Amino acid sequence: MKCQSCAQAEATVHIKEVKNEQVTEMHLCEKCAYEKGYRTIVLQDKSSLASQLIWMAESLYPEGTGALGQVRCSHCGLSYSEFVQMGRLGCETCYRDFEKQLKQVLRRIHGSIRHVGKAPGKEGLLFERRRELQKLREDLERAIEREEYERAAGLRDQIRLLEAQGEAEAEPSQSAGREAQA
Amino acid sequence: MTSPAAEMLAARGQWFAAPGPLGEAILSTRVRLARNVRGLRFPPRALPEELEGVLHRVEAAAGQVPMLRGGRFLAMERLSALERQFLLERHLASHDLASDGARRGLCCSADESAALLVNEEDHLRIQALRAGFQLDACFAAATALEDQLESHLEYAFADDFGYLTACPTNVGTGLRASVLIHLPALVLTRRIKKVLSGVAQVGLAVRGFYGEGTDVLGHFFQISNQITLGEKEAQTLLNLERVVHQLLEQEARAREVLLKDAGDQIEDKVRRAHGTLTQAHLLSAEEAIGLASALRLGLTLELEGLPSVSAINDILLHAQPAHLQLRVGQVMDAPARQRARARLVRERLGQSRAA
Ligand SMILES: [Zn+2]
Ligand SMILES: [Zn+2]
Repeated sequence: MKCQSCAQAEATVHIKEVKNEQVTEMHLCEKCAYEKGYRTIVLQDKSSLASQLIWMAESLYPEGTGALGQVRCSHCGLSYSEFVQMGRLGCETCYRDFEKQLKQVLRRIHGSIRHVGKAPGKEGLLFERRRELQKLREDLERAIEREEYERAAGLRDQIRLLEAQGEAEAEPSQSAGREAQA
Repeated sequence: MTSPAAEMLAARGQWFAAPGPLGEAILSTRVRLARNVRGLRFPPRALPEELEGVLHRVEAAAGQVPMLRGGRFLAMERLSALERQFLLERHLASHDLASDGARRGLCCSADESAALLVNEEDHLRIQALRAGFQLDACFAAATALEDQLESHLEYAFADDFGYLTACPTNVGTGLRASVLIHLPALVLTRRIKKVLSGVAQVGLAVRGFYGEGTDVLGHFFQISNQITLGEKEAQTLLNLERVVHQLLEQEARAREVLLKDAGDQIEDKVRRAHGTLTQAHLLSAEEAIGLASALRLGLTLELEGLPSVSAINDILLHAQPAHLQLRVGQVMDAPARQRARARLVRERLGQSRAA
C-alpha cells in the first residue's frame, strides 16, 4: 500500500483516530507521519490498540450478526457496533449492558476479567473483603469438585467468619437492629 | 503580560532540573492513572455541559488539593496551538489534548511533577513524573494525588472490572507506567530488534521515537505496561522494573562489545557530534536529538571533556520546536527555527563548559 499523503513511499504507519465519534484511518509513510506530528509510533506491540480494534471488529461483530451490534447501552445509548467502531465505551453502564461481550474482549486484552488492584478509599476495605470472599468461595467449589473435604470444611469456616465480620462492620445499624429483635 | 507557557519556560526547580537515579540511561519515569467521575458519561460520549462540569469541579478541587497548591490550572481552549504543543513537549498533554483543546484542562504542581489532565479520553489522567528511574516514587505520588482528589470527587468503579475507563485497554487499575530509556549501544550493535521483541512478549509496549526515514530517532525508547486488569499495581511496577534492569544489563554488554570492536570509531562519532553541536549554524530538531544522543553515549563510555547529562537533557528539552519558538517569543518557519536552535545549543554548551 502506498502512503496516502505523498503516494510515493510505502505506507508503514497505520493510524486510527477517533474524533467526534468519527473514526478516520490513515496509512502513511514514516516521513509523512512525522510531518503530521505523529512522533510516537508503536514499534513492537502485538496487542496495540489498533490490532485490538481490528480483532474486536472481526471476531465479536462478524458481518451478518446484526442483532448483537444493535444492542444499546441503557444509559448513554451507545450501540455495541458503535463501540466496536470507536473502541471506546460511553459510560459506566456500558460495562454492564455489554458485559458478556466485553468479558471476551477483556480476556483477550488483559488475560483476565477481574480487577485485583486498588479500590476507592471509601470502598477499599469492603472491596478487599468481598474479593477475598469471592476467592475463598471459588477455592471451596474447587475443593468440593476434587473431593478434598477436609480443606473444604476449613474454607467454609473461613468464609463464615468473613461473612460475619462483614455484616458486623458493613451494616452496623442493621445488625444492631437484628440483635435487638433477637 | 506573560503567557502561562512563558512563565513555565522561565520557571526553575522543575522535576527534570537534575538527572535523577540511573539518569545516564533513563531520562524519565511517568505514572498515569486513568479515572472517570462516577455517574457521568465518559468524554468521548459526554454532553458538553457534563465536560464543563468536570472541568469546573476539578478546577475547584485542585485549589484545595495539597499536592497542587501553588501550581497552575490551564484551560486548554484559551491556549494557542504553540502553547499546547509546548505542553506536549513537556509531557503535560497528550497528542489528543494538544490538538483539540475544547473543554479540556490541565492542573499541575509548580514543579510540574504532579498533574491532572482533564477530559482527555477519560475525565482524569492523574500523572506523576520524575527524572531518571523512579517507578515507586512516581506511583506513590500519583496515588497520593488520587487520594487527595478523592475527597472532592467520586470515581467510577465496579467490583469486577475495577476503575472504569473509556477504553477497555485501561480498565482495572487504570495504571500506565512508562520509562523513557536510552539504548544506543543496542541499536548500534543491531541487537535492539531482538531485545525489544522479547520485551513485547512479556506484555510490555515499546515505542520508538522516529525521525524522518526509518532510523529510530536518538535511540530513545519508551517502555510501558499494557495489562491493567487482573494484576495488582505492585506487580505491574515490578514487571516493568525487572525488564528495565534487564535492558540496562543488555545495553551495558552491548557497550562493551562496541568499545572492544569499534572503540575509535565510536569515540570519533561522539567527538564529531560534540563538534557539530558547538559549531553548527543550522540544526534540525532530529539532528539535534541524534547528536545529543551520541553525547549521552559518550558519557556512558566515560569519555572526557563532554557536557554533563544535565546539559544534554537541557538541549533535548529546549531544542524542541515549541520550546524554541516560545523562547524567542514568536512563531518561526523551519529555516528560522534551525538557526535559532543552533544558536541556543551553542550558547547552552558554551555556558556548561564555562561552568
Ligand atoms: Zn508519504
Ligand atoms: Zn453507556
